[in-house]
Amino acid sequence: MKGIPVIRANELTRKFGAFVAVDRISFEVHPGELFGFLGANGAGKTTAMRMLSGLIRPTSGTASVLGYDVYRQSEAIKRSIGYMSQRFSLYEDLTIMENIRFYGGIYGLDSRLLAHRADEMLRQLDLELQRDQLVRSLPTGWRQKLAFAVAILHRPRLVFLDEPTGGVDPIVRREFWEWILNYVALGNTVFATTHYMDEAEYCSRLSVMVDGRLAAIGSPSELRRQYGVHDMEELFLNLATSSFT
Amino acid sequence: MPTKLARIAFGAFIQKEWKHIFRDRKTILILFGMPLVQILIFGFALSNEVKHARIAVFDQSNDSFSQELVKRLDASRHFDVVARLNHPSEVQEAFQAGEIRLVVVIPPGFENALHAFHRAPLQLLADGSDPNLGTTVVHYAASIVAASQEDLLGQQSLPYGFETELRMMFNPQLEAAYNFVPGVMAMILLLICAMMTSVAIVREKENGNMEVLLVSPVKPLWIILAKTIPYLVLSTANICSILLLSYFVLDVPVRGSVPLLIGGSLIFTVTALSLGMFVSSIAHTQTVAMFGTLVGLFLPSLMFSDFMFPVDNMPEPLRLISYILPSRWYFYIVKSVMIKGLGLAGIWKELLILSGMTLVLLLVSIRKFDNRLAL
Repeated sequence: MKGIPVIRANELTRKFGAFVAVDRISFEVHPGELFGFLGANGAGKTTAMRMLSGLIRPTSGTASVLGYDVYRQSEAIKRSIGYMSQRFSLYEDLTIMENIRFYGGIYGLDSRLLAHRADEMLRQLDLELQRDQLVRSLPTGWRQKLAFAVAILHRPRLVFLDEPTGGVDPIVRREFWEWILNYVALGNTVFATTHYMDEAEYCSRLSVMVDGRLAAIGSPSELRRQYGVHDMEELFLNLATSSFT
Repeated sequence: MPTKLARIAFGAFIQKEWKHIFRDRKTILILFGMPLVQILIFGFALSNEVKHARIAVFDQSNDSFSQELVKRLDASRHFDVVARLNHPSEVQEAFQAGEIRLVVVIPPGFENALHAFHRAPLQLLADGSDPNLGTTVVHYAASIVAASQEDLLGQQSLPYGFETELRMMFNPQLEAAYNFVPGVMAMILLLICAMMTSVAIVREKENGNMEVLLVSPVKPLWIILAKTIPYLVLSTANICSILLLSYFVLDVPVRGSVPLLIGGSLIFTVTALSLGMFVSSIAHTQTVAMFGTLVGLFLPSLMFSDFMFPVDNMPEPLRLISYILPSRWYFYIVKSVMIKGLGLAGIWKELLILSGMTLVLLLVSIRKFDNRLAL
C-alpha cells in the first residue's frame, strides 16, 4: 500500500483573523487509501480540505498534493484532482448528458474521449436510457452516484469528497460507498469528510478533527484498540467531549 | 492551464450558459419580451404625448386665414376641434365642463391685421389645473400656428410675424418617444446585464456549484467571463431590436452615427455587467441579488437619470446622485446621438466619464470577486 504519499501535510495551519480554523495538522495519505476525515461541524474539516484542493491558501505550514506544492502549484493540483461537494453540484435544468459534457469540458476532455467515457459511465450506472432526461427528474440516490461519476470523469488519481452523503437515505449511502470503494480498488485515492460515524468504517484509515487539531489518526481497528471503544461513534464522542473539559 | 484545454473548458462553459438561458421560460420572457413590451407600452400607452385633445375655437374673424388655421389644428393628430364658441362667456363654461383642454381665441380682423400691421394677436387659453397637460397643449398649438404662418405667408413674409416664436429644437412635435427610447435602452441594458448576470452568478453559489467550479482548473476570471458573454451578446441583440422597433414602429429617427450609438451602448453594457458582477460578489441568494439590483440600481437610475424627471429641478444632493449614475451619462449619450445627431465631438466628455466609471467598476468587481473566492 505504501508509496510516495499522495497527500503530505506538515504543520498546516489556517487562520481567519484571530480564529484558528486549522491548527498545525500533519498527516500523510498513501496511494490506494480511502482516507476518512471526521469531525463535528466547524471542526475545520472543510477548511483543511479546501487548502489541500488549492481553493484557499494556508496561513503557515507546508503541504503537497500529488507531488504539487499547495502554495505554488494550486493550478496543477486543481487539474489533477476530482472534487465532489456536500451540496448537490449537478445542474438540474440540464440533462444527464449535458452535465457530463460540461464537467468533462471544464477538465479539458475532448469530445471523442468524452463520448467514450460517458457511454462507459452511463452503462455502469444503468442510465443509458435516461441520458437525455433532465437531472431534476432523477431520484436523489441516482443523482448522488451520478455526481460522483461526473467528478471522476477525468480519471483523477485523487478525489476529495466533502460530506458526499449529506441528506441521503441509508440504503443509497451504502451503495454510494460501494462505488467509492470500487474506485479505490482501481488504485486511486479518496479523501472524504463525513460526520456519519458508521461511514467511517468504510475507510482504510481515518483521522478525527477536534477544534482545528488532529485528535486521532489510524485505521478503524487501531483506533478502537487504542482508545478502548466499540465503534467510531464512541471514539468521536470521547474525543469531542474531552476538548470541552 | 494549457491553451487547448482552456479552449475546451471555456467552450463547454459558454454552451452551458446558453442552455441555462434558453431552457428557462422566465428568462427568455424577460430577455426578449421585456424590451418589446416596454417599447410598446411607452410608445402607445404611457406616453406623455397628448393625442386628440378636445379643443374649442372662438373665431371672431372667420376669414380665410383663420379658417385655414382652424382646419390645420383640427387636422393635427394632437387636436380635435369639438366646439365653436360664439361668446366670450362660453370660454369659461367650456373649461368648467371639463371636456375642453384648449381654447383658441382669434380676434376680429385677423387676416387684415396680419396684412396691415404684420402682426396678429392670437390667444391660446389652456386648462391650468393640469399644468403639464396645459403647457404641452399650448406648445403643440403654438408650433402648429407657427407652421401655418410660414406656409400661408411664405417667403413674401414680412419682417415681423406673430409675436411669439416657440420652437422645440430637434423635436418640434414634442414626440415623447424621442425621450423614452433612450431611457428604455438604458433601463433594459441595466436589467438584462446587471440583474440577469448577478442572478445567474449567485445561482451557482446558492446551488453549491460555484465551489465545484472553483476547484476545477478553470480560472475564476474565466468563469465570470463565461457567465457574462452570453448576456453581452443578448444585450447587443436587444439594442438592435429596440432601435429597429423605435425606428419602424415609433418613427424615432437615428440622426447621428449608428456605430457611435452602438459603441456607446457596448460601453454601457460592460458597465452594467460589472455592476452585476459587483452585486453577485456581495449577494448570497438570488432573491437578494434580484432586489439588490432592482432597488439599488434600477430605481435610482429610473429616477435620477433625467429620463423620467428632469434632474435640473432637483435639489443639490439628489443632483449629485445623478452624476454618479452611469445610466445618466448613457442616457445623455444616446439622446445626443440619436435625436440631436451629435458626433463624437459632441459627446466625448460624457463618453469619457462613462468609460472611466466602467473601468473602475470592472476592476473593483473583478478584484472583489477574486478576493471572495480566495476566501
